[in-house]
Amino acid sequence: MNKHNIQLDHKGRLRHFLTIEGLKRELLTDILDTAESFTSVTERTVKKVPLLRGKTIVNLFFEASTRTRTTFELAAKRLSADVLNINASISATTKGETLLDTLHNLEAMHCDMFVIRHPNSGAAHFIAQHAAPHVSIINAGDGSHAHPTQAMLDMFTIRRHKGAFHKLCVAIVGDVLHSRVARSQIHALSTLGVREIRVIAPRTLVPAAAETLGVHVYHDLREGLRDVDVVIMLRLQYERMRGASLPSEHEYYQLFGLTEDKLALARPDAIIMHPGPINRGVEIDSAVADGPRSVILQQVAHGTAVRMAIMSRAMQHEGAASAGEAPS
Amino acid sequence: MKIRISGGRVIDPANGVDARQDLFIADGRIVQCGETPDGFTPDEIIDARERVVCPGLVDLRAHCREPGQESKATIASETRAAAGAGITTLCNPPDTDPVVDSAAVAALLQRRAERGGMARIVPMGALTLGLAGAQLSEMSALKEAGCAGVSNDIYPVENNLVMRRALEYAATFDLTVFIRPQDHHLVNKGCAHEGAVSTRLGLPGIPTAAETVAVASHLALIEQTGARAHFNLISSERAAQMIARAQHDGLPVTADACAHQLHLTDKDVLDFDSQCHVSPPLRSQRDRDGLRRWLNHGAITAICSDHQPHERDAKLAPFSATATGISALETLLPLSLKLVDEGVLSLSAVIACLTSRPARILGIEAGTLTPGTQADVCVFDPGAWWTLDHQSMRSQGHNTPFLGWEMKGRVTHTLLKGRIVHRLAGGED
Repeated sequence: MNKHNIQLDHKGRLRHFLTIEGLKRELLTDILDTAESFTSVTERTVKKVPLLRGKTIVNLFFEASTRTRTTFELAAKRLSADVLNINASISATTKGETLLDTLHNLEAMHCDMFVIRHPNSGAAHFIAQHAAPHVSIINAGDGSHAHPTQAMLDMFTIRRHKGAFHKLCVAIVGDVLHSRVARSQIHALSTLGVREIRVIAPRTLVPAAAETLGVHVYHDLREGLRDVDVVIMLRLQYERMRGASLPSEHEYYQLFGLTEDKLALARPDAIIMHPGPINRGVEIDSAVADGPRSVILQQVAHGTAVRMAIMSRAMQHEGAASAGEAPS
Repeated sequence: MKIRISGGRVIDPANGVDARQDLFIADGRIVQCGETPDGFTPDEIIDARERVVCPGLVDLRAHCREPGQESKATIASETRAAAGAGITTLCNPPDTDPVVDSAAVAALLQRRAERGGMARIVPMGALTLGLAGAQLSEMSALKEAGCAGVSNDIYPVENNLVMRRALEYAATFDLTVFIRPQDHHLVNKGCAHEGAVSTRLGLPGIPTAAETVAVASHLALIEQTGARAHFNLISSERAAQMIARAQHDGLPVTADACAHQLHLTDKDVLDFDSQCHVSPPLRSQRDRDGLRRWLNHGAITAICSDHQPHERDAKLAPFSATATGISALETLLPLSLKLVDEGVLSLSAVIACLTSRPARILGIEAGTLTPGTQADVCVFDPGAWWTLDHQSMRSQGHNTPFLGWEMKGRVTHTLLKGRIVHRLAGGED
């Protein structure tokens, strides 16, 4: 991006969290370190810190979600914020209200942060461009563009298991073309300096110019898994089968489903990740998903601490501080 | 009314004129260039020193939105914007509501423009009834009613037999078929050029093949039928190359590109700027450079605006959910002149791309300063800088990525049939 990064205030502090692209390594590391300190909070009997007391956070979801919305809600509550959950797909927009009108109405109720999920790529950017100065926007997934908080919790999980990033070879397997998670993971992994990122999928599920993202593309799962330290499986959406991207579930599983024999080609200490929800027997065999190298449930567990870190960082920008002190 | 336009650099590509001389106009028609005709006493003298005097511009593609979408723009508002931009003839695509598939709608468009008196509208007729791609329109009647050609615009003609018959039937009446090449299955739900930028932003991509497949299949039908055709809005280098090859082989085809495609690329979409959401999409730097090259080599012979005014809300949504198009009348001349500064074309070649050549493609008497023809004239100051902003825009639609850009080249006078329809306020005469 050549213009001013709208994610940062003019002192370089996080204001919105829309995409990993364009953020510095120090900022990502700081989020991971902060998340580390929050994990102890989530393990206490009183699981709350007063960092965002008096703030109102709105979860504005235009697409269905269980995991992401729940962990955002938990994260906000553990930071002592008030939380509103709006399932916008069955709300005002179905009555014809525009996205901007929905935003401005909620702003008028003095909300401080919006966590947004939307089916269109760029939706979070669009809202950030039109949000009032005191409001922070967190992208909880926009179209096929970005899902930066998911990528950060994946980085957190990788760091916990593997330590330093610079020696790692990471493989991302599956529908990269339509995956916002994969795009954010690729940006995060390259910013954190991993040795190699591989993308493994049939040609129909690889973006046109994938190499420009700094990845190596493989079309053979066995070849691509050789000596990798981390395997990230992506969910295969059923609609891909209808859109002539794939002939059948069966053939996909034969070629790109992760099974124990294929996993044997990766490094012996390789970990298996998946952003969920998983399709057993489509992209991953149950024996692998539930096996000793799977860290899929840990990813979910880390979601809350990482989102607490991101939300608390994003509420420290200039506009938020001044708006918080002066009742309007 | 007699007018003398005095001391300007007269550029009239159709007649091979590029010289400093006076232009004389009487009773709505060009009298002559150069020496003062015997007994000519002007009622008005336009001082054109330091200015270029050329035929009024002919825009091959400008949506005026009327009838049917008057909330976006009207013929009155857009012909007024055209006059301010030196454009005297607008070819309006058939996708109005109702569609231009009957003589009545074609006549309505022209009559409304005539009533406003600011610019002429030449309607493009629908190739098929309701643009539905199935049944041929009454092309002979459309031609009688003033349509310069027939086109199905962006609407698909799925059945190649229908397209073949349409080409043959149009050729019966010496009507050019205008083709906006796009395979809509390959476009799918795409909204940006399929390449590095769409990959990065996760925007559904439109591959170059969406254009080249359509160009190839139409070229095959043109070769089969021998019918004359024109390709609108070429956006890829490869498609331009295919058309150049077909021209070399003697096929009766021409092509245009719109001004913004000659300047912007998919990189301009990087901030999800919905003002850059256009169809066909902004393509790669290589495509942009290729279009410029084929413009220079003559495969692409005209530059149009592809003017698409919208209300503000049409662009206020996430990128893929916004309407496509740019309000482009007022940037047509300056963006084209920028090609001169950037060494792509000579000034007279740019003027030809905006006047004589589009007029020839439409088969209309316009785009020249030939004595005896109607006096549509554009006078502009090629060195004047100005800023495109909300105050300066006359179109009802302010949707353009060029807001805030410094533009070079400003129209000072526009004459339609010998009548001054635009005079730049504050310009010294």
